[in-house]
Amino acid sequence: MNNFVILPILLPLLAAVLLIFMNRNVMLMRIFSTAVSAVSIVISAILVQTVFTGGVQTLTLGGWKAPYGIVLAADQLASLLVLTTAVIGLLVILYSFRSIGEKRERAFYYSAVQFLLAGVSGAFLTGDLFNMYVFFELLLIASYMLIVLGGTKIQLRESLKYIVFNIVSSAFFVIGVGYLYAVTGTLNMADLSVKISESGQTGLITVIGVLFLVVFGLKGGIFPLYFWMPGSYYAPPTAISALFGSLLTKVGLYAILRVFTLIFIHDTGFTHQLMMWLAMLTVLFGVIGSIAYADVMKIVIYNIITAVGVILFGIAMNTPASIQGAIYYLIHDMLIKGALFMLAGTLIALTGTASLHKMSGLITRYPVLGWMFFISGISLAGIPPFSGFIGKLKIAEGGFDRGEMLFSVLILLSSLLVLYSVLKIFITAFWGEEKETPAGGNRSAKGLLYPAAVFLLLSLAFGLGTEWVSPYVNQAAETLLNPEKYIEAVLKE
Amino acid sequence: MEILMSVIAGILFMAATYLLLSKSLLRVIIGTALLSHGVHLLLLTMGGLKKGAPPILGGKSTSFVDPLPQALILTAIVISFGVTSFLLVMAFRAYQELKSDDMDQMRGNDQHE
Repeated sequence: MNNFVILPILLPLLAAVLLIFMNRNVMLMRIFSTAVSAVSIVISAILVQTVFTGGVQTLTLGGWKAPYGIVLAADQLASLLVLTTAVIGLLVILYSFRSIGEKRERAFYYSAVQFLLAGVSGAFLTGDLFNMYVFFELLLIASYMLIVLGGTKIQLRESLKYIVFNIVSSAFFVIGVGYLYAVTGTLNMADLSVKISESGQTGLITVIGVLFLVVFGLKGGIFPLYFWMPGSYYAPPTAISALFGSLLTKVGLYAILRVFTLIFIHDTGFTHQLMMWLAMLTVLFGVIGSIAYADVMKIVIYNIITAVGVILFGIAMNTPASIQGAIYYLIHDMLIKGALFMLAGTLIALTGTASLHKMSGLITRYPVLGWMFFISGISLAGIPPFSGFIGKLKIAEGGFDRGEMLFSVLILLSSLLVLYSVLKIFITAFWGEEKETPAGGNRSAKGLLYPAAVFLLLSLAFGLGTEWVSPYVNQAAETLLNPEKYIEAVLKE
Repeated sequence: MEILMSVIAGILFMAATYLLLSKSLLRVIIGTALLSHGVHLLLLTMGGLKKGAPPILGGKSTSFVDPLPQALILTAIVISFGVTSFLLVMAFRAYQELKSDDMDQMRGNDQHE
């Protein structure tokens, strides 16, 4: 029992409610949401440290014992992701000041952001499957609002598709919950794990496992289910795309990681083989998309899909090394995608276009932006001193341990194409002759670069300070690989 | 009874899928409504349809129906109600702005306005 566990959910939730009443005063909303996000970071950091020293922290809501009430359980993975979420939340809010526009800010923008952060933190911390569905809906409804906020034509068109796809995937989620309840008679994840290991994982339970893979795959954007992502992430303003790109797909991946290391663990041959193939195809289609486009935003969006594939491959290999790699890569990717979206958004704000054909020679006027883009590009590809390296190394190591030589080599080769796609932006936009900027461009980058710089510094620190981060990641991987610890913490007595 | 309900839920899913794949936006929204009906019915069925009193203490009955699926359905109903009303308003806005309710005319995902 530790009441601290609920604070990362409660704080943004209360802030969101209070922000509704402040919507006339933009300055007040900015100060308040920044302050709340800063406090959330401190709280999440304390949570990480508490879990590090004291093991899995649980909170039974209302004092009802574990399988009967709702449990919040913070293991190290959830705590680390909650901390990353809080950091991303703060930086996106800071980026919004200069980029989102007062009209949108008055339309409950900060409130929706805080609701989204509450939903994401809740989905990470919950120990109950139906409660996870509710937190998914919380973050999805906030994201529906954010994606359409402002009501331009492209936003209306894309958000209609986004909402319909998500309604269908939520329906599948409830169906999955219903089936699982019919088979086991419980919804608590730790209790589900116990019940399934008692009765043995029958074919029926594997089918439900695959249904959950489909549901979380729709949220996370894995191969046949990523079709909604390029349009939906293209439509809203940059700050919102950055929030979506670094958080939403990762919640789906976290859910896959949680469900397939805790509940469906007794017939891994079939499900993990399936995940491996889906992961490979996701990587393949991601890199094809990122090479194909000459549009800055589209390239970044397809790089999300590639990263989702790489992380899924790490989950599918299911060795200690690959799970550690997947956690490293998950955190790295959340940070670096935030940076990339913000840099791409700044690029678009400066030139007034997203097309690579219309921009060149920006390095003479914006050297800082240029070199930041370069560093985030090579960090994304996983060049050693930077943060993408250790994750991919461990994932490939796990792949080689499993004897999946070909696929592991392909994962490593995909880095080359990722590097090519990002350096294509760098070379065409920043090198060469300076072009006349089209109308609407040529704004100063003032204020837009700081949040991205913080992202890059964090990512750099994550890469250079791996030695310092690794005990936390090792603990997270250990709990995932030995679900008994999680189950014991939740169902104690 | 469970078999009959499963078949009915299946029919609802079939109709919902058919409507979701149609051209008109309003049909798509009706499809999502049918889909959530199917889901809620399935949830009720999966909890078991054994005979028993309504889950209210104080009666003389000793056997009750399972209260958990009912709570889950109540939650799912209000969520899908909220989402559906949002979707309806958005479809209205899209009709005003884009002057069309034809999904075919909302194809592609590039910025071509």
